[in-house]
Amino acid sequence: MSNKVIQAMYDDDDVLIKAVKETRAAHHHIEEVYTPFPVHGLDRAMGLEDTRIAITAFMYGLVGLSFAVWMLNYMMIQDWPQNIGGKPSFSFHENMPAFVPIMFEMTVFFAAHLMVITFYMRSKIWPFQKASNPDPRTTDDKFVMEVAIHGNEDELTSFLKETGAIEIKVADKHE
Amino acid sequence: MAHYEAPIREPLILGDKTYHDISNDIAAPIEGKANKWWWGVFTLALICFLWGVGAIIYTIGTGIGVWGLNNKINWAWDITNFVWWVGIGHAGTLISAVLLLFRQKWRMGINRSAEAMTIFAVVQAGLFPLIHMGRIWNGYWVMPIPNQFGSLWANFNSPLLWDVFAISTYLSVSLVFWYTGLLPDFAMIRDRATKPFQKKIYSLLSFGWTGRAKDWQRFEEVSLVLAGLATPLVLSVHTIVSFDFATSVIPGWHSTVYPPYFVAGAVFSGFAMVQTLLIVMRKVSNMEAYITRVHIENMNKVILVTGGIVMVAYLSEFFVGWYSGSLYEDFTYLSVGAATGPYWWAFWALILCNGVFPQLLWFKKLRTNYTVSFIMSIIINIGMWFERFDIIVINLSRGHLPSSWTMFEPTFVDIGIYVGTIGFFFVLFLLYARTFPVVAQAEVKSILKSSGENYKKHHH
Repeated sequence: MSNKVIQAMYDDDDVLIKAVKETRAAHHHIEEVYTPFPVHGLDRAMGLEDTRIAITAFMYGLVGLSFAVWMLNYMMIQDWPQNIGGKPSFSFHENMPAFVPIMFEMTVFFAAHLMVITFYMRSKIWPFQKASNPDPRTTDDKFVMEVAIHGNEDELTSFLKETGAIEIKVADKHE
Repeated sequence: MAHYEAPIREPLILGDKTYHDISNDIAAPIEGKANKWWWGVFTLALICFLWGVGAIIYTIGTGIGVWGLNNKINWAWDITNFVWWVGIGHAGTLISAVLLLFRQKWRMGINRSAEAMTIFAVVQAGLFPLIHMGRIWNGYWVMPIPNQFGSLWANFNSPLLWDVFAISTYLSVSLVFWYTGLLPDFAMIRDRATKPFQKKIYSLLSFGWTGRAKDWQRFEEVSLVLAGLATPLVLSVHTIVSFDFATSVIPGWHSTVYPPYFVAGAVFSGFAMVQTLLIVMRKVSNMEAYITRVHIENMNKVILVTGGIVMVAYLSEFFVGWYSGSLYEDFTYLSVGAATGPYWWAFWALILCNGVFPQLLWFKKLRTNYTVSFIMSIIINIGMWFERFDIIVINLSRGHLPSSWTMFEPTFVDIGIYVGTIGFFFVLFLLYARTFPVVAQAEVKSILKSSGENYKKHHH
């Protein structure tokens, strides 16, 4: 398999979506699409699967809730029960209403932060990471579609021109 | 038509803009030079900030005795300012999270700056409980760690500890929400930067964002889930702040209406602060095309609704206090006793600023006027400061024992710290306005074709 890609640049999101659909219909493999803003329907058009990041957030939330319950039970019931204003401290469930705010906050804390960390890790965005967009204009107003070349460079070039690309470049695939 | 939007909806992006124009407009304040006005206001804010730093150092070095607190009124300006700043913070989250869940497109012009305001306001709020501890070097005692003798832990039954968890969760979650939204915009600045130093800084800040389709898909999902988490979070924060009062037995504090009423008041004051900042910023940073009359009017409508909720809460507090027939209730902050007592001026400041003046926003002519909106926002900021002052000081000034009735006199240190946090807030906001993309340009680009003025015109 060749590691060369063809980069077709578009200057309009509607033209891009149309081009993505046509390219897939013609059975060319789209490696990547770079856009300056979230283009709605692009993931569907490219055939990307839904992200499961919301599910991870739910699980992280459960972790946070469990951790809060364990922490509160250990500190306030087991290790050193305190009589504070006569509030019942003999068992977790008696003291639990006073713990609800902390349980809630820790659920949110874990869900939010661990989800964002997961997002950064999965998308490889973190400090000192080098940007790898093929053209600086893709964060401004241009859209780039990368299509894999399988010895069909000329055919692809004319095909992509047809779809409305304004610039076409051949590049070695990074990564 | 994929980008169709009903013509009755007013455009959210004015003028004949292209995607590239949006990049240029948002990058302009960062790439350009600050004008005299910016330097003037910045210098003033910095002086206030330094005065505050001096007052804080004096407080920590000498003790809480340098404030005007006395035996009876042991909370005053410090907690007033704390609640005031936390409340102001709520608008940013409401705009970025709640309006996202409701798919309100107009949030996109203002969410970035509103969230910035949230973070800067919560930073100010956090200062007050810390310095009020007196021995700030023991501040880490609020963390869930055992004491030095073994295993006596922090008291998780206390609303003050709930506050620690609520505020720190709120601050940190708001921060990552804000920062994640900033990544594509930092990347835009990075990719057009011509100065090497600028390029380096924005490369670092953008975390190598490239705008791959999969990243955008995750970005949108993460934003949606964060909005879903931040919405109950923001409600919980001021609910828990109100517990500081509501779980006590002081007449006027011990009230079940506090949580919803505090949350409504927080949104009310927060939107007022967003108005104060954005009405100025849209002019100074040339963002008139993105922060339009529609945005200002919509925020005024939110102010009107939340102000109405607050007013209903005042009336019910006032009525129930009177209806109870209890003598003690006649000295709470919403009572005939307060209206005619020595703190009559604070009582009426509250009623006029929060209850009476904002009713002018019922008139479309007034709520779509920039000058009126700006003045109104200042009035509401003052009114909401008085609300917290009244709750704390009026209620504490009249206890069960008339011989200990007293008044509160702020010292120059109280005033200094308050003015200092206002200075600090503006220092942060002014620095932000010169170095950060003040409008979420990637999001605004995504609505250009549906809500841009020129596109709307061409479609019909």
